[in-house]
Amino acid sequence: MKKTELILNLSESANLSKIDAKIAVEVILQELTQGIVSGQGVEIRGFGGFYKKYRKARQGINPKTSERTQVVEKFVPFFKPGKLLKEVVNKA
Amino acid sequence: MSITKKEIVNALVKSMDITHVQALSIAHDFFDQIKQMLASGESVKLSGFGNFVIREKSARPGRNPKTGEIVEISARKVVVFRSGPKLKLATQKGK
Repeated sequence: MKKTELILNLSESANLSKIDAKIAVEVILQELTQGIVSGQGVEIRGFGGFYKKYRKARQGINPKTSERTQVVEKFVPFFKPGKLLKEVVNKA
Repeated sequence: MSITKKEIVNALVKSMDITHVQALSIAHDFFDQIKQMLASGESVKLSGFGNFVIREKSARPGRNPKTGEIVEISARKVVVFRSGPKLKLATQKGK
């Protein structure tokens, strides 16, 4: 499923115009992004949580040139599936 | 404090001409749609954010950390989230 399908499904299930459904999806994704980036994290009961994880600086090797480079420390987005989501996915 | 459905509902009410009740049902439906799609075994791709994909894990031996007993971890399907480049870039900077 892609975003456009999600928007269509949402406009049907929530009785919204397609334009409104699109706005709603964008607003939700923006909130999720903000929650991750700010470091607050996002927690949705039954679905899961979005967080960011710290990655230490490390030595990297360019696989093409086998040149050594320094990879700087950074944060990466991380999703932890909720209990209910885990269950429904595993049942299928 | 982490962001919950409540904050998402508030953001929806602020940026759209809808009631709290409507916003709550939209937020609920949003995650429910994704969940149902994943439950049916299909992955969900949200451009600008990331992809939720199903990964099949084969059975492997595990250990009960309390008793040290060896038990079989059954084969299962798990959800993996792969963040998109836009989200990765935005996350990377913030301390």
